[in-house]
Amino acid sequence: MNTETNTIEQLANSEYKWGFVTDIEADAAPKGLSEGIVRFISAKKNEPEWLLEWRLKAYRHWLTMTEPRWPNVKYSVIDYQDIIYYSAPKPKKELKSLDEVDPELLRTYEKLGISLQEQERLSGVAVDAVFDSVSVATTFREKLMELGIIFCSFSEAVHNHPDLVRKYLGSVVPANDNFFAALNSAVFSDGSFCYIPKGVRCPMELSTYFRINAADTGQFERTLIVAEENSYVSYLEGCTAPMRDKNQLHAAVVELIAVGDNSQIKYSTVQNWYPGDKEGRGGIYNFVTKRGKCAGKDSKISWTQVETGSAITWKYPSVLLQGDNSVGEFYSVAVVNNYQQADTGSKMIHIGKNTRSTIVSKGISAGRGQNSYRGLVEVKKGASRSRNFSQCDSLLLGDKCGAHTFPYIEVKNTSSKVEHEASTSKIGEDQIFYCKQRGLSTEDAVNLIVNGFCKEVFRELPMEFAVEAQKLLGVSLEGSVG
Amino acid sequence: MLEIKDLHASVNGNEILNGINLKVHAGEVHAIMGPNGSGKSTLAQVLAGRETYEATQGEVLYDGKDLLSMSPEDRAREGIFLAFQYPVEIPGVSNIYFLKAALNAVRRHKGLEEVDAVDFLQLVKQRTKLVEIDESLLNRPVNEGFSGGEKKRNEIFHMAVLEPKLAILDETDSGLDIDALRIVADGVNKLRNKDNAVIVVTHYQRLLNYIVPDFVHVLVDGRIVKSGGKELAFELEEKGYEWVKEADRAAIQA
Repeated sequence: MNTETNTIEQLANSEYKWGFVTDIEADAAPKGLSEGIVRFISAKKNEPEWLLEWRLKAYRHWLTMTEPRWPNVKYSVIDYQDIIYYSAPKPKKELKSLDEVDPELLRTYEKLGISLQEQERLSGVAVDAVFDSVSVATTFREKLMELGIIFCSFSEAVHNHPDLVRKYLGSVVPANDNFFAALNSAVFSDGSFCYIPKGVRCPMELSTYFRINAADTGQFERTLIVAEENSYVSYLEGCTAPMRDKNQLHAAVVELIAVGDNSQIKYSTVQNWYPGDKEGRGGIYNFVTKRGKCAGKDSKISWTQVETGSAITWKYPSVLLQGDNSVGEFYSVAVVNNYQQADTGSKMIHIGKNTRSTIVSKGISAGRGQNSYRGLVEVKKGASRSRNFSQCDSLLLGDKCGAHTFPYIEVKNTSSKVEHEASTSKIGEDQIFYCKQRGLSTEDAVNLIVNGFCKEVFRELPMEFAVEAQKLLGVSLEGSVG
Repeated sequence: MLEIKDLHASVNGNEILNGINLKVHAGEVHAIMGPNGSGKSTLAQVLAGRETYEATQGEVLYDGKDLLSMSPEDRAREGIFLAFQYPVEIPGVSNIYFLKAALNAVRRHKGLEEVDAVDFLQLVKQRTKLVEIDESLLNRPVNEGFSGGEKKRNEIFHMAVLEPKLAILDETDSGLDIDALRIVADGVNKLRNKDNAVIVVTHYQRLLNYIVPDFVHVLVDGRIVKSGGKELAFELEEKGYEWVKEADRAAIQA
């Protein structure tokens, strides 16, 4: 790399030698990326040697890679040396209960509407709260522990369940999978780990809230979910982020592994990162690698996502259908407004016999937003009698936005069946007038029509999430018509 | 209730209404008849507030208020209902959910509490009987996959739930067979009372056998050229629209 990089690398390395003692509240790494920074992060987290090696391998590979340019999105060049790769609220000691959490932090949560106490008492949802990269409090853990379910921050899992982490980390998304996955593998800060043992049906929706707080901090979350034979888990991921002027890079990796026969993982996301302002300034770059592997027979992985935020979204939740009779599903609503851009879709790779997959993608474009569906359905030679059904619908609001579809289909097996349906429609002036004539405001009319368009996806979401998602859609499209 | 004074309206620069004058009082049924392209539907759309139509001259008073300055949704909330000639499909939105949202929008406007699910269901049950609408249509998306007759009947069902003060039926009879026509007309008749009014826009006289008008107006080239009682409709049926057109031309020349 260039000399500037070297300087920063030296600086980071030398700083590292000094041990990075710091008094500031959010102790952060200096800007830039180098082996030194990778070592710093690993050391900060007291990681075992094997994980540091894994990170370094990823980092060295990343250096050889180039940023993908094939997505149908436009943005200025990212300066990877201008990003802070680690920032954490200063951990004072191990926390056993919420009482021990910094009250300032708890107040922030309350402002964001996710009071942990409330969640714990009222909703029956266990929340592993990720605040600026470090998990502060995990609720309901004891109840889950009784069932043998492990649900904790990724860092804790590294220390308490190293064998599981080592076995499954990178087993679905290898460290060298793609540019952003490699970057994440090198510098991931924290995330969630979830393990459902054999025969256990997780009695509650597991949920994590990710927030970006400190300015200019890239977020590199890592989620790993493992489901053993005959187990079931439903996992919710929700995001909001406060206003930002500068673009922020978010490159997460999520790995789902339905290891055992008849295991099931349902993963739902409501993504509402800061999308930038009306002129397209600022906003999150959301470059995420999400992939699941159905290793067991009759196993099932289901992705449901509602994407309303981020300046740029680059994301293809996928399923490798390895076990015979396994099932992969992808239900997606992606909304772009103002200058937002999304290139999102799914990959379904049929490997085992009699595997089935469903893709339902609903893209909504408003303002000057550009929405692309990009999907791959691949049926390998041995995947006899496999089936896929894909449906991609686009809805346009206004005449300055765009919808694009890039479906790829590769079938190497003659007994398989692949169906693809696509449609593009515009919210009609006559539809809006019809609603208004019945007394609804323009905004309510748009909400109604858009929510109707997304219905097939919303009904896949857990109830509370579906309500939240509908509201979010309304907020995202505010003022886009009339 | 409604007073239209010298109303002119155009669409894309083409003048379609050329000075309409009409008074509608509570408790009355007015029929607007006329040949194709005479401006009947335009009048209905302008009264409902469709933005593509521009009122270029004249005024419309509704309960003493300037109707033309009101938004379409405010007109609806104030009790103006348009039964569409071509009801619009809204995929994915159940008919009953849509109607509840509409009813609550009207109620909020009036300062009333929103209806809860139980009361609403009760109201709906009662109103479905009034227009003999198949209950399966309630949970289907608004007008999606409905037959032409079902769509028209659904419009009257909406009317039955929303209970407007002034209902404008735009060619509600087109596409209906004789049995459906009777059911729709029965529904409208049952909804009539001394406080509300109905404007029936139609091409043919047959609907007026069932919804008996107090006044019949004949619209030609964007103007009401003849008004009369219900017997005018029969006369038109017998003599055709050419008859009034000729009479009108003679009157202009005289």
